[in-house]
Amino acid sequence: MKALLARLQQKHRTISFPKGEPRLPDRYRGLPILNEAGCETGCRACLEECPTGALAKTDGRLSLDLGRCLFCSRCERACPAGAVRFGRDYRQAVRSRNDLVVGGPEIRRAAALEKKLKILLGRSLKLRQVSAGGCNACEADTNVLTTIVYDIGRFGIQFEASPRHADGLLVTGPVTENMRSALEKTYAAVPDPKIVIACGACAVSGGVFADLPDVQNGVEKTIPVDLFIPGCPPHPLTILDGLLRLAGRING
Amino acid sequence: MNTGPSVAIYNGQSVGTGDIPVAGVEEFRTFVIEAAAAGLGLASLFAVPSRPGRFRLYAVLAADETGRLYVSSTEVPDEYPSITPDCPQAHLFEREVAEQWAIVPHGHPWLKPVRFHRSSVPGRDAFGRSEGRPILPSVMDFFQVEGEQIHEVAVGPVHAGIIEPGHFRFQCHGEEVLHLEISLGYQHRGIERALIGGPGVRTLHFIENVAGDTAVGHATAYGQMLESLSGVPAAPRAQSLRGIALELERLANHTGDLGALAGDVGYLPTSSFCGRIRGDFLNMTASLCGNRFGRGVVAPGGVHDDLTEEDRGALSEKLARAGKDVSVAVKLLWSTPSVLARFEETGVLTADQCRTLGLAGVPARACGLETDIRFNFPSGIYRFSQMPVSTWPSGDVFARAYVRWLEIQRSIAFILEQLRTCPPGPVRVEVKAPAADRFCVSLVEGWRGRICHVGITDSGGRFSRYKIVDPSFLNWTGLALAMRNQPVSDFPLCNKSFNLSYCGHDL
Repeated sequence: MKALLARLQQKHRTISFPKGEPRLPDRYRGLPILNEAGCETGCRACLEECPTGALAKTDGRLSLDLGRCLFCSRCERACPAGAVRFGRDYRQAVRSRNDLVVGGPEIRRAAALEKKLKILLGRSLKLRQVSAGGCNACEADTNVLTTIVYDIGRFGIQFEASPRHADGLLVTGPVTENMRSALEKTYAAVPDPKIVIACGACAVSGGVFADLPDVQNGVEKTIPVDLFIPGCPPHPLTILDGLLRLAGRING
Repeated sequence: MNTGPSVAIYNGQSVGTGDIPVAGVEEFRTFVIEAAAAGLGLASLFAVPSRPGRFRLYAVLAADETGRLYVSSTEVPDEYPSITPDCPQAHLFEREVAEQWAIVPHGHPWLKPVRFHRSSVPGRDAFGRSEGRPILPSVMDFFQVEGEQIHEVAVGPVHAGIIEPGHFRFQCHGEEVLHLEISLGYQHRGIERALIGGPGVRTLHFIENVAGDTAVGHATAYGQMLESLSGVPAAPRAQSLRGIALELERLANHTGDLGALAGDVGYLPTSSFCGRIRGDFLNMTASLCGNRFGRGVVAPGGVHDDLTEEDRGALSEKLARAGKDVSVAVKLLWSTPSVLARFEETGVLTADQCRTLGLAGVPARACGLETDIRFNFPSGIYRFSQMPVSTWPSGDVFARAYVRWLEIQRSIAFILEQLRTCPPGPVRVEVKAPAADRFCVSLVEGWRGRICHVGITDSGGRFSRYKIVDPSFLNWTGLALAMRNQPVSDFPLCNKSFNLSYCGHDL
């Protein structure tokens, strides 16, 4: 009885996304908006502040590698001219690593899996999560997708206990040397056809740990990747949006 | 206790490296052993190369009752007589020293690798492994029980849920676990090595990533360290905001843990509710800095972002609502006999075991020990605003859950008070470069327990060593002990009642 009353008190909490617009925190940092027209000549402030070297300036054009970006906003703070700003677009997942190098506010968002895979997995996607050196933030924000606010189960997406029951892997972490073999074995244990999702800056590029001797620079060095989700960690909505795009449930 | 071969400092205080006594090995050993016997906690024991073939071994001992930290050191070649047989608190530290620097602690009863990586001394290995062979994680001699009816259960590194990797080796007799051995190292990223030569552009980010769910805890310890080493205290308003962020981190994790514990005993109402409410706390943290995990809150000298009066009002409202929600959700647990039947008398640890092994934080407080950095070694806002230490005496899963519930209530009250009384002023002050040749200890009560950072600067004011001890480093052994004589099916429950960090241990 108490439990029933509690249920009434707690109310219905599942968000209407993707039908409804998601609510993001006020200070949320989404896709960056780059505008080198405002740059002062010879200024390298943002480039020098970036902890992972995600920013580049070639022939006067600014670009930001979202795969390396920690979304820490040090570049935004350092910029005297407003040339680097973070907007509120949470839709950041892409199919190809190169699509993460952005110049303006545009990004080539993830397209759905090719037809055959989409038919197989679009409405029932079972994923095995592998933490290959993740700090637990990406893992936590992936876990939160299974809670009632996001309720990923309503899209037919579930996290499985065994790779043998899964359609693919969702990998977090830069792939530490000590997890490389476990990742390879887990991948081998997933029956074909299978997909791999690299979730978080570490999984995409090594993130903050890039180029350290004890880690690989992301998942692609070890196994092929079908979906790249940037962020440190990516907001749960970014992960969800990415997964739904892959499954063909969101377009455009 | 003879404090002779040591220098006494407070939390967040630095001392000249030259002012730390270098005792003879025997004197050093005796000092550490006697201090531990007198009830001090071994906060850190680590080595730094000093001269070719020689290493300085440092020990930091924490006296809860007086709030003093005692730092001592000695010099050793590549071996020395182990301290562990007389002071079990040193067990994992000595293994770590052996692994990092190939220094053998003779007589150590359990000399095995900790993180499964090569030592920093080329060509030398404390475990007799040859340089040619790759080092494979968890490939070592596990403690084994012999008998026809004994079976060995191995779990991990990849575990069933969305969780970090680790290896658990159970020796079972039927359903009963006789012994659990935990072998980690899968998340080893090499953070300590990467911090040498800092502070640099990545330093704060490494620190925030030590354990992603403890970004604020570790960043606060680092901020304190830099402020101490540069002689510039953080802005008072920032201390208050840091406290808010730290307690929000505690709230999010404790709420999540209680939900997870409920889930593990099949009690879905609390499990569902807490899963959501945890997100509410994470979003409150995001309202401070744009990141749900508090990355970007702490800056050297203070915090990055301020809260307007409107922000503070909005946050207070959200917090009060979340407090009510979590209260309804959690109180269900205490009034449901089927939940209590699983929680009570499961995974029992004794206060003695905690003291002997130097366990810290929630598991120690759940055995009745009044040990909390905010109370014993207050720094920052905790020097001005105290909250009672939450303890419970039974040492079981119930106690570890109930302590979290007590802390949730107290943290909410603390944050509401801070939001009301936050002092005016800037949120950040300019921090100078760290002074040269200093040794600084910075402690923070992270949501799991005592976080200990020790920074040593060289003659150029750059870190020649940055030692991090996450509370998980101390507490994994507690889980192993708590599982003894428990049914193996209670392992997930016990594990969640500790909820330790794999990456915090692995660094």
